[in-house]
Amino acid sequence: MNLTLKIWRQKDAQSKGKMVDYKVTEISEHMSFLEMMDVLNEQLINTGEEPVAFDHDCREGICGMCSMFINGEAHGPDRGVTTCQLHMRMFKDGDTITIEPFRAKAFPVLKDLVVDRSSFDRIQHAGGYISVNTSGNTQDANAIPISKHAADEAMDSATCIGCGACVASCKNSSAMLFVGAKVSQYALLPQGQVEATDRVKNMVAQMDLEGFGNCTNTGACEVECPKGISLENIARMNREFLSANLKS
Amino acid sequence: MSGFFKSSIGRKYAMALSALFLMFFLLQHFAINILSVFSPNAFNEASHFMGTFWAVQYLLQPVLIFGVIYHFIMGFILEIKNRNARVVKYAKNNGAANSSWMSRNMIYSGLAILAFLVLHFIDFWLPEINTKYIQGDMSGLLADGESFRYYEELTHKFVDPLRVGAYVLAFVFLSLHLMHGFSSAFQSSGVSSMRKQKLQAFGKGYAILIPLGFIFIALFHYFNH
Repeated sequence: MNLTLKIWRQKDAQSKGKMVDYKVTEISEHMSFLEMMDVLNEQLINTGEEPVAFDHDCREGICGMCSMFINGEAHGPDRGVTTCQLHMRMFKDGDTITIEPFRAKAFPVLKDLVVDRSSFDRIQHAGGYISVNTSGNTQDANAIPISKHAADEAMDSATCIGCGACVASCKNSSAMLFVGAKVSQYALLPQGQVEATDRVKNMVAQMDLEGFGNCTNTGACEVECPKGISLENIARMNREFLSANLKS
Repeated sequence: MSGFFKSSIGRKYAMALSALFLMFFLLQHFAINILSVFSPNAFNEASHFMGTFWAVQYLLQPVLIFGVIYHFIMGFILEIKNRNARVVKYAKNNGAANSSWMSRNMIYSGLAILAFLVLHFIDFWLPEINTKYIQGDMSGLLADGESFRYYEELTHKFVDPLRVGAYVLAFVFLSLHLMHGFSSAFQSSGVSSMRKQKLQAFGKGYAILIPLGFIFIALFHYFNH
């Protein structure tokens, strides 16, 4: 298939960017979206132009590196997939595809389609962990009884890969689905209880500090999340946050 | 609890709490207004009670005024903060693919309701305060000194087709606001999804039936006088 691509080009974080049109031809519908981008970049390199910078790593939907806002949606029009798993069969011959970086004040553009998502790392550092002494006498995890229901729910929350599609899709650039998932994966397990109060307070404080917007429950994040993280995680975080503030 | 209401989640709770109070008030308001369709006497009695009972006037009314003002001021503040959280806008953003129009446009439906509230206050609340607390007439009676004034005042307001049209339009916006607002208030309060599914169905019913009921009252009086 032949396509017209409208791509955001920005030299570096300080430069002003703009949308630039490109043509790609003979794209196979079996290609992934990133493979199509590879074809474009090869074409650009061959003609002496600067290739389009974009984030990618595992290309199998688990690392959370790829991003891109494709035709008005994070990770494109397919559901439950990251951009690397998005196939060109989702598009038609002759289509014009708009490709932009994830946009949020807390995700500044570094170059072209690459954004700085280290704000997510700082939120994780603020409390997205449990303190375990791993000096050799660590208790066997299986020795702690956990209900199947809680284990399943915690695992569902833990599938968040921190890609930032929730922020990119949210009209308010809110990070509450991400933080909700990270709070939930520990809140549901006994190992997470010890630091539960500090965790939710510190992670929410860091989230607010990073300049993310406020959630207005539009639910766009849940729909666009490649891992199907549900709004229930935000409701749970709200409960955890209220309970933590009532305690101290 | 220090700093709770300055945090993003604390403000969500505050918005949700004020919304829940306003939705409860709306139900009560409707219950009294619908009496005007069936029994002018019952409407007069209920209005007189609400207008003169001390707990309503000096406890609930200030809470209501605070709730309304807080809800829209905080709504504006959050809207501005949220807009600032994305400096460069998308060239193409397909919001309809992942969220409802109502949820994305709460600020506009809210502004329409606010404009209506200004009209509503000029129509009913300011004359009421003037009569009771400035002129000091707590009797609730017409100039003839025999019958209550409330039903007369209500029907008098629904003579002008322009005003009736404005009321009907405002209730359409109220319905759109509640379509998202009802379930959103419970989501913000941390209600789990199991309960939320039932609440959502109830919320849709509330968001359609209550505004529709108010529209019915306005049209009923317009066509009957």
